Amino acid sequence: MEIVKNAAAGTLESSDVLICVEPADTLQIEIQSVVAGQYMDAIRDAIEDVLAKAQIKTGKISAQDRGALDCVIRARMETAILRGGSQS
Amino acid sequence: MRRTMLFLPGNTPNMLINGDTLGADSIIYDLEDAVSPDEKDAARILVRNTLKYMRGKGCEIIIRINPIESDYWQADLEEVIPCKPDLIMPTKVGSGQDVQIVAEAITALEKRAGIPEGSVGILPLIETALGVEKAFDIASASPRVAGIFLGGEDLTADLHCKRTREGQEIFYSRCRLVCAARACGVEAYDTPFTDVEDMLGLEKDTQLAKSLGFSGKAVISPRHVETVNALFSPTMEEIEYAHDVMDAIEEGRRQGKGVISLRGKMIDAPIVKRATQVLEMERQMFGGEDV
Amino acid sequence: MSKLVGSVREAVQAVGLTDGMTISFHHHLRNGDYVLNMVLAEIAGMGLKDLNVNASSIFDVHEPIIEHIKKKVVTGLEVNYMGGKVGRAISEGILEKPVIFRSHGGRAGDMDRGAAKVDVAFIAAPCADDMGNMSGKYGPSACGSLGYAFSDAMCAKKVVVITDHLVPYPLLDCSIPEGYVDVVVQVDKIGDASRIVSGTTKITRDPVGLRIAYLASQVVKHSGYLKDGFSFQTGAGGASLAVAKYVEEMMEKEGIKGSFCMGGITGYLVSMMEKGYFETILDVQCFDLAAIASIRDNKNHQEISATRYASPAAKSCAVDSLDVVILGATQVDTDFNVNVHTDSNGYIMGGSGGHCDTAKGAKLAIVVAPLIRARLPLIVDQVLCKSTPGETIDVIVTQRGIAVNPKNQKLKEALIAAHLPVKDIRELKRMAEEIAGVPKAVTCTGRVVANVLYRDGTLMDTIRKKA
Repeated sequence: MEIVKNAAAGTLESSDVLICVEPADTLQIEIQSVVAGQYMDAIRDAIEDVLAKAQIKTGKISAQDRGALDCVIRARMETAILRGGSQS
Repeated sequence: MRRTMLFLPGNTPNMLINGDTLGADSIIYDLEDAVSPDEKDAARILVRNTLKYMRGKGCEIIIRINPIESDYWQADLEEVIPCKPDLIMPTKVGSGQDVQIVAEAITALEKRAGIPEGSVGILPLIETALGVEKAFDIASASPRVAGIFLGGEDLTADLHCKRTREGQEIFYSRCRLVCAARACGVEAYDTPFTDVEDMLGLEKDTQLAKSLGFSGKAVISPRHVETVNALFSPTMEEIEYAHDVMDAIEEGRRQGKGVISLRGKMIDAPIVKRATQVLEMERQMFGGEDV
Repeated sequence: MSKLVGSVREAVQAVGLTDGMTISFHHHLRNGDYVLNMVLAEIAGMGLKDLNVNASSIFDVHEPIIEHIKKKVVTGLEVNYMGGKVGRAISEGILEKPVIFRSHGGRAGDMDRGAAKVDVAFIAAPCADDMGNMSGKYGPSACGSLGYAFSDAMCAKKVVVITDHLVPYPLLDCSIPEGYVDVVVQVDKIGDASRIVSGTTKITRDPVGLRIAYLASQVVKHSGYLKDGFSFQTGAGGASLAVAKYVEEMMEKEGIKGSFCMGGITGYLVSMMEKGYFETILDVQCFDLAAIASIRDNKNHQEISATRYASPAAKSCAVDSLDVVILGATQVDTDFNVNVHTDSNGYIMGGSGGHCDTAKGAKLAIVVAPLIRARLPLIVDQVLCKSTPGETIDVIVTQRGIAVNPKNQKLKEALIAAHLPVKDIRELKRMAEEIAGVPKAVTCTGRVVANVLYRDGTLMDTIRKKA
């Protein structure tokens, strides 16, 4: 899959995460999180895993995390990719 | 045992994740009315991911999908069936055929996902005049049907009447639904009481539902869970009596008696059946670790 | 004769404030308070330096104090509670001398027995006469009880009353009498009424909060304390109020008449008293308009000082007679120690208030908190700051289970017999980590930025600078 247009999924409410994706030549991942000190690695792993499963190699991904659990991060990532991506 | 079934909005992470802690016997993840059209995709993906996470938490999960007249219901099923929710609740069901359409879609998806056919049950939501009149057809449409469910809000709109606290306007529908369900050997569940603050009204409404033969009731607020649970639970006296019935049968068997009586009353099949139900509820209420 | 002077500056001059002195403030005007900022601005303008500020609480509205700290106008700070804005700056190390944290009872006790000395108390008074008789019950900035200001008035060497509602002598229904007061100043406004109190304090609608409240009420029910003469304290937060609502329902059903309730008083507790569930309210602080109206008009609603509320230096205090208290927590450790001073990252954002006082006094101290808050598990191996010692906490109630302190075996058995979801505290910790993942440990290794004193004045813990 490939990210072909700007898209977003999720919210800024507590326990949720807002994921924005946009097309780019390289893969860039930006993460802001209220639990960065405790869970930064876990958040990054979840995002990278969803990207790998969708075989996305480029795009700008930004996540504003409000303490979302792993399953919520994965859901929002999948939704953002679905909305902004296209089968290449 | 489904004394209470708690509705939770399908696109709200905090609610989905904590749904199992709110005391309800079952939770209903709602993909229909609680989710706006432009968030349907997000909600079903979130529900699917949450289902995986909720597995093994020991709380029954029901998914309310969009009506089969909508563009969403198939995508709803495709997303959630592979995660094997306990029950699917199709909405605005008006005929046995509606149930069969959903059942066939589930069968196909079960096959594709490699899960045993029939794993996922159906709990049709009856909320139209047509649905009420076809309640028997709906309840008997598929072996997947575990029970039928009355939705009072949409129904009263369809009946051209106002939904009231006393519920006279849905009395016929309630009776009809219970009768149809019992005739088919499935359960009947009652519509939620929608005034979150009116605890006395809730109590009366629940007592009425129980007296008519419903097995449980939907709730839209966690505040209502304990009241409804309590009213649909057997009392301590009923539990003790059920134990006495079973003890008497055991004793009678040992003595080789044909006719067994307890407190001067013969124990017949309906009494045994009722006692078995009560003891099963007791086991589910207090038997597990999480009660 | 009148004690009235024309301005805050004249008042500061009249009481002879000089560099290095300690000044004090109360926090009854909460996030609507103008007085602390007003006085510090005047003092800074006069070129005074090196002041030690003893404020019963610092809220976000007091953010300007950060500048005064940077400019060395303020070089020492003693509080019972500190909001997140100033707390963050303190955690980042803007103040050289460690902040002293006390509890509400500890502050009153330390002042009363002279362990915390105050040179000048600046007391915001919603209503006063020109001799300094004062009350919180009247005027446009009414706040109800003035409970935390009593020790300031009685123990400071000099007392300045600042009011925006000057009434003719004598103010009849006064809380603190003129005998303690040196100077009175009238100003335009002492606070923003809309931030002093909330219109109505509402019960939470959050389902998890409600579930926790329900379970907490079941703990109260099966503890054996819920009977005639029952006394109760709960906070003003939505979840704490929900506990009160469930408790009220049980009292109604069982026909129980309680004796008193206490703490931050809200309209909800007032209505419980009016309906006859409690005889009396002992009020050290009001949180909403209904509470203010009640303390003014209902003789069963009594104003009490912080000393009478919770001072361990007094021969007795009201918390000692309390049956049940409902408390919050940001972190709890497996020894039941509670942190209410810092967030999970170690930044200051709170304080004991009456937490450790009521936990010690009450027969049953219940902590209510979600097991996971925005992914962060409540229960940790060791709290970042020990605000309240674990031996004074009886029960932790979360939506996923109830942990009973092992010292209270009888209670544990009673709750299990009632089919409540009792779990070992380590099991609750494990459950949270299974859901959220194991958090990386947060450590604060910088110099000490705050000393947390227990209510008897002994050092309980320190808070360190965020690297």
